[in-house]
Amino acid sequence: MYNVSLPWWAWVMMGVGLAVFVGFIILSVRRNHGVKRSLFASPYTLWMIIFTVVPCILVAYYAFTDANGAFTLDNFRHFWDSNHAKNELYATMGDEYAGYITRGTVNVDTLVYSLWMAFLCTVICLLLGYPAALFMADRNMKIGATIVVLFIIPMWMNFLLRTIAWMSLLEDNGLINSFLRLLGFEGVQLMYNSSAVLLGMVYNFLPFMVFPIYTSLSKLDPKLGEAAQDLGCNEWRTFTRVTAPLSLPGVISGITMVFMPSVTTFFIPRILGGGNTMMFGDLIESKFLTEGNWNVGSALSMIMMILILLSLGILRKADPEGEGGGIA
Amino acid sequence: MKKVLAILLSLVMVVLLSSCGSAPQSNVVNVYNWEDYIDESVLEQFEKETGIHVNYMNFTTNEDMMVQVRANPGAYDVIFPSEYCVEQLMAENLLAEINYDNVPNMKYTLENLLNPDYDPDNKHSVPYMWGTVGILYNTKMVDEPVDSWAILWDTKYMNNVFMLDSIRDTMGITLKYLGYSMNTREPVALEAAKDKLIEQKKSGVVKAYQVDETKDKMVQNEAALAVVWSGDAQYAIDLNPDLAYAIPKEGSNVWVDCMVIPSTAKNKENAEKFIDFLCRPDIAQKNCEEIWYSSPNTGAIELMGEEYTSNTTMNPPAESLANCEYFHSIQDFIAFYEALWGEVKNAK
Repeated sequence: MYNVSLPWWAWVMMGVGLAVFVGFIILSVRRNHGVKRSLFASPYTLWMIIFTVVPCILVAYYAFTDANGAFTLDNFRHFWDSNHAKNELYATMGDEYAGYITRGTVNVDTLVYSLWMAFLCTVICLLLGYPAALFMADRNMKIGATIVVLFIIPMWMNFLLRTIAWMSLLEDNGLINSFLRLLGFEGVQLMYNSSAVLLGMVYNFLPFMVFPIYTSLSKLDPKLGEAAQDLGCNEWRTFTRVTAPLSLPGVISGITMVFMPSVTTFFIPRILGGGNTMMFGDLIESKFLTEGNWNVGSALSMIMMILILLSLGILRKADPEGEGGGIA
Repeated sequence: MKKVLAILLSLVMVVLLSSCGSAPQSNVVNVYNWEDYIDESVLEQFEKETGIHVNYMNFTTNEDMMVQVRANPGAYDVIFPSEYCVEQLMAENLLAEINYDNVPNMKYTLENLLNPDYDPDNKHSVPYMWGTVGILYNTKMVDEPVDSWAILWDTKYMNNVFMLDSIRDTMGITLKYLGYSMNTREPVALEAAKDKLIEQKKSGVVKAYQVDETKDKMVQNEAALAVVWSGDAQYAIDLNPDLAYAIPKEGSNVWVDCMVIPSTAKNKENAEKFIDFLCRPDIAQKNCEEIWYSSPNTGAIELMGEEYTSNTTMNPPAESLANCEYFHSIQDFIAFYEALWGEVKNAK
């Protein structure tokens, strides 16, 4: 069905892409560290080329070609009109089918829904994560180190397993509902809806918010706070004027690291949401695996990558030094 | 553990054989089967009885298998595609005709599975396992008889139905319910099926669309009704005696996993010997009792006796199969299905 024999110009495109990328890395390392040190970067460069640059170029190649390898923009029309293939067929069938031609909004709706869920997830993670990071970084709190460990331990387990564990908690005959019934209450439906999906996302991504904030807070010199208080700031003003602004890089980094995987979430909607609503990741998966349409799947992936790059760019403006230690 | 050992042993054997240089290429058979789809002791028995070494390889989806078969001509001697893939492989001229002189045990095959419309006269394929799609229901929650797909649209079972998250099956049963063929390409029928599924979702009857999770959830009484494959139904009924399985009167899908020989096979006679071996009643019985899908082998069914023949999930009566159909390949039409299915999943 799909072979990976590419036309000559795709190879040229890939070659040029690689050359530019390698050149860029070598030049930038040499400028900063001299020739010898640039050699140390070569394993990483090679890794990046094989596993990041080449796949990206392949995605771009498939997104702009049809099944026969000819250039086309049709795949992006599929994004805008999810009924595109269907409508094309109806158009050839004569007037009696004209009524069936409608624009399908599935792909756009799913993208909007995914962005909205990712936004909610990021806000909730920030609201939960910032106070947690404050506790963890506070040197007067003995319990801080314990909380750090408690956050890390679940991450030793694979996220699929953790999500399936939530399923056995939330099911209608799961642990929580069985406990409620034991106490004489009515059971409640906790699963198979968007709230359960959101819960699963927050649970899985919260550590990615907490740790960057924790890192930037624990790097803060406690003397700064003391100085602010000496100069007449109360606790609240010390926080709003000193601690919060200085922890901003961590917050930015946390937001990025939560927002990105949230937008691309799949599997969680299927497990905790009962497959009742798709997210963009599920949609891309079904394009590749069910429909076997790599071209439209790649176009959808590209649209998502561009959105993520844009949001990264905006965040970078807010944290130009990249002090948060994240990937922004 | 048994599997790991088997793999290690076969690795050791491969290394030993190749290092002695005494492995005659003519005496192997390269088998490409689904994961967990055979009693592995059968492979050893075949090697012992015939002296033919089995190179045993696995795949997890039909689509993966097709890609591999196209990409590696000559790598496989026996493969196990589902019926619609047999049709597809035949259309691509990738299958060899089977010489039934070498497969005398073909005579044990169930009559209703012979001469199927996906492969007239069984020129290229021998049935290996088969099954149906139907409704698994909890007799404690459902009082009425289950004999029609209509029950999945009954608002009495609000938030109590699991549907299959699988385009072909779910669209297929809805088409059947509306009186169309599962293989129709008639746009009006397909649009009607889509509207019916959206109506079902909006009415709040559907609890979830899922595949692998359904059987365990039915065991735990999470829903009253579910659309399942007969193999999953049998698994669930074994664990929860309140469950029962029915094939609605409007008809459903019958699927058959087959054994075929690629046209590029290097060891065609060994492949035929292997297929014949798997059709031997005692061997077919072993495999059936290991994986618990329906067996196409009358000899094996006789050996398994009352326990098998009285089980209507495994051995459905002829009248419930009367309106059933095989799936035909719709690969060139799948974008149409996908657009409809997207609208069902997107409905709120």
